[in-house]
Amino acid sequence: MRTGLIAKKMGMTRVFDAAGRHVPVTVLQIEDCQVVSQRTADRDGYSALQVGAGKAKVKNVTAPMRGHFGKAEVEPKMRLAEFRVTDDNMVDVGATLSAEHFVPGQKVDVVGNSKGKGFAGAMKRHNFGGLRASHGVSISHRSHGSTGQCQDPGKVFKGKKMAGHMGDVRVTTQNLEVVDVRADEGLILVRGAVPGAKGSWILVSDAEKAPLPENAPRPAALKVVAQSETEVAPAAETASASAESETKE
Amino acid sequence: MNVIEKLEKAEVEKLMAGKTIPDFQAGDTIKVMVKVVEGERERLQTFEGLCIARNGGSINASFTLRKISFGEGVERVFPLYSPILDSITLVRRGKVRRAKLYYLRGRTGKSARIAERQDWRNKPKGKAKAAAAKAAAAKAPAQAD
Repeated sequence: MRTGLIAKKMGMTRVFDAAGRHVPVTVLQIEDCQVVSQRTADRDGYSALQVGAGKAKVKNVTAPMRGHFGKAEVEPKMRLAEFRVTDDNMVDVGATLSAEHFVPGQKVDVVGNSKGKGFAGAMKRHNFGGLRASHGVSISHRSHGSTGQCQDPGKVFKGKKMAGHMGDVRVTTQNLEVVDVRADEGLILVRGAVPGAKGSWILVSDAEKAPLPENAPRPAALKVVAQSETEVAPAAETASASAESETKE
Repeated sequence: MNVIEKLEKAEVEKLMAGKTIPDFQAGDTIKVMVKVVEGERERLQTFEGLCIARNGGSINASFTLRKISFGEGVERVFPLYSPILDSITLVRRGKVRRAKLYYLRGRTGKSARIAERQDWRNKPKGKAKAAAAKAAAAKAPAQAD
């Protein structure tokens, strides 16, 4: 099991494949995706990688988290997530992951937070049919109708589908195909729709139910070391600077 | 330019390599060569018709061609940058006053005709232009008198 990446959903567009068919794709951007911490079997009871992405303002990061990022010598991250990995797929803390981690043609699972729909009626939320347009129905054309029986149960059963808050939940979409990877821009093009709004964070990992291609980089595709060093240096400075400011406070 | 626009622009440039698309609009008659795969081999099929609409921009751009085939109206929508289009050629320019010519759908024969657009503004060129200018200059003082 390899690690996943944290991406930002940029939006949808289309590309044409070799046969001239058009393919609808979602564009995901990988930026500053770094390993922040490791979970190991002997210390934590399971092995996983904590990955962070995006840039958080230092003033908005709590002191304990500043310490956590400082220990890893990475810049404060907006989004953190853990990905379970096997022991042979561990990546060093501070390593920057690249979009080349995924190869075109492979299947991925994506996780996003779906768009919130607010308080929605039963027709929109559960695809109920509503009531009739005529034949004596008044005012309640979009209502859900009966919610149960009579005096015998004397209650509405738990889990009854009714109106309520819809959307803004964690949604996983499995087996989306990677159409193209543009490593220099950090873009991954995934066939089809991905849950969530534009600009939201998406967790991308290898598909659980599809085999991993042989040419996928193991344990992970990393950005060039020299680049990551220059990135780490200012991170260490900010971390030490934040540490100093803490001591002053 | 945001990431999506940049990506679409690059994609369009890639698809346009070695191809030219004439500047055309609704009302123009267009001939397209479409690649058709029949079993193993590929051949070109011509579709000539009146452009009744252009839609979208960037990589999403498409156009609708309408023709009367054996007395039956046929409309086909082509993505402008689709790789299945071998070539697009402009046959005739039409003079129309709207962007979408959906009103043609209910018409046949004489009432479905479109007049040819004459581009007077760019017409006189080279010698003809100089002659026209001279004639105008000769006329102007005569009028002043």
